[in-house]
Amino acid sequence: METKKAIISVKNLVKKYDDFVAVQGLSFEVYEHEIFGLLGPNGAGKTTTLEIIETLRDKTSGEIIVDGFSVDKQPQDIKQIIGVQLQAAGYYPNLNLIELIELFAGLYGANIKPMEMLEKVNLQDKAKAKYKALSGGQKQRFSIATTLINQPKIIFLDEPTTGLDPQARRNLWDLIIEIRNAGTTVVITTHYMDEAEQLCDRVAFVERGQIIALDTPDNLIDKLVSSGFERKKEVKKANLEDVFINLTGQEWRE
Amino acid sequence: MQKDIHERNSNSPSGPGGYSNLTATLALAKASFRSIMRSPSAVVFTLAFPLIFILVFGFLGGGGTRIDVGVTPGSDVNNPVMVMLDKTGMIRLVKDKSKAEFDKLLEKGNVDAMIDVHRKVNSAAYSVNVVYTSASRDKGGILKSVLNNIFYDKTLKPTVAEIKESTITGREYKTIDFILPGQLGFSLLSTGVFGTAFVFLSLRQTLVIKRFFATPVKRSSIVIGEGIARIGFALIGALFIILIGHFFFGFTLVHGALTVVNMLILATLGIIVFMGFGFIISGIAKNESMVPPISNIVTLPQFLLSGTFFSIEAFPSWLQPISRALPLTYLNDAMRKVAFEGLGLWDVKFQIMILLLWGIGIYAVAVKVFKWE
Repeated sequence: METKKAIISVKNLVKKYDDFVAVQGLSFEVYEHEIFGLLGPNGAGKTTTLEIIETLRDKTSGEIIVDGFSVDKQPQDIKQIIGVQLQAAGYYPNLNLIELIELFAGLYGANIKPMEMLEKVNLQDKAKAKYKALSGGQKQRFSIATTLINQPKIIFLDEPTTGLDPQARRNLWDLIIEIRNAGTTVVITTHYMDEAEQLCDRVAFVERGQIIALDTPDNLIDKLVSSGFERKKEVKKANLEDVFINLTGQEWRE
Repeated sequence: MQKDIHERNSNSPSGPGGYSNLTATLALAKASFRSIMRSPSAVVFTLAFPLIFILVFGFLGGGGTRIDVGVTPGSDVNNPVMVMLDKTGMIRLVKDKSKAEFDKLLEKGNVDAMIDVHRKVNSAAYSVNVVYTSASRDKGGILKSVLNNIFYDKTLKPTVAEIKESTITGREYKTIDFILPGQLGFSLLSTGVFGTAFVFLSLRQTLVIKRFFATPVKRSSIVIGEGIARIGFALIGALFIILIGHFFFGFTLVHGALTVVNMLILATLGIIVFMGFGFIISGIAKNESMVPPISNIVTLPQFLLSGTFFSIEAFPSWLQPISRALPLTYLNDAMRKVAFEGLGLWDVKFQIMILLLWGIGIYAVAVKVFKWE
């Protein structure tokens, strides 16, 4: 993580809708091989920012370079090297997982073995199942599998753990860390601060379309503590989620 | 077809720099085709519906129009004219009734005509006397042409010299010959309109298309891929309907396989035009429950007014111009001409031209109202 080479650079990104400014002058960089978190309340502009980087949305102004490609001039090149998981996206109806992977392989022009992709996310037993029939955690793992088909340099995950139970969430964290360790840069959005703290190498807080803080989780916490902040309640060595996991078991069940 | 796509798919070049739009289009066509085959509504609309109508009319009609012809008491019955009439399968000869009974039946139209055959004196020829009834003019007309046709027949010509002015081609026109092209047209219409509208609306609403846009695929590949799948499915359905009609209900294919090919070419044109309606509806419908009502506005009038069940000549004259404005009317018309009259595609160029004009108009609107997101 000490390479510090920027793979995504966003400068003064602005996105205006008719009467509303969703993103006003965002600038940040994502380094190679890190897990970068975009945090903030709903409507802060996280998803808009991601979709502009993913070439799915036009920006009003600003400059974005993804692995040397400009979103204005080389969107096709960017699409080739990124993997995208959209918030609440569905999949082609009536197809099973293997067939969906085959479809995406065709769309990316990638030569892969569908079963191997499913094995990566531990869904080989569900190869013949329809997407609709999967549990929440399985759906998210499948979505992540579709982002890996073109062996991307960067994957974007938009709230991948929303609505999952603690086991499925932890299981997904392990998967995301595995993907990063295999050399892929990960950009993630989440509402869960414990998740960001455990998972992300660096996080940016977005509020009303602007970045209000950007650092490693450790540094951000230290800064707050040094400013004299204190929790009202003494922190125990475990929290209720640890109790939950301890009682119901670490293995996820679906 | 599926296997074919699969093979081309796995052999195509891939990897960085070698992105193939063809591969992407075919992958989409394959996925879409699989999805359609597993969608109950597509199968019901394209196959089950038309087949049920064909079954009903196939049995109802008993293979064709029936004309009841009374044999005047005292008429010669063992003559070639009667034998030929019997052989057409269209004409039922009613015998063994008194003159008074026949007169009543004739008045009510329960018997469509009376026939009286006598051998001419001192001649091998026969004299045929036919009485029609105003209570059954249409069938009388058919009988007239059937008779003309029989007398034109070579085997009778030398012996019966009296009535040979007719040049009507009296190929047997069965109910199925009228019903099947109409049902085929309607099958294409509903597959094109409902199928396309539902698929694109749901792909848009469930963000499937948005996810596609995150891949290097082109918009044209998405539309063409879907189109290939739907056309392929519709043609398989059409072939199925034609073959069942031909082998089980005696649907007339004048030039055999060539006629089938011509019909499939017309079907392709039809489905492409009708898919345009589907694109428009997917653009203006706000949600899935709005698709059926809007689609019905397009399909129902054509179902009723385009000569699917009845010839549009049977409609009141004020209605006929509306019928003559609808694209399905021309598809049905062209199909019937090709299948039954054995015309070539060039002979139905007028119908094809009207369909093409509709196509241009529909797609001009579709381009404006279609929504990707």
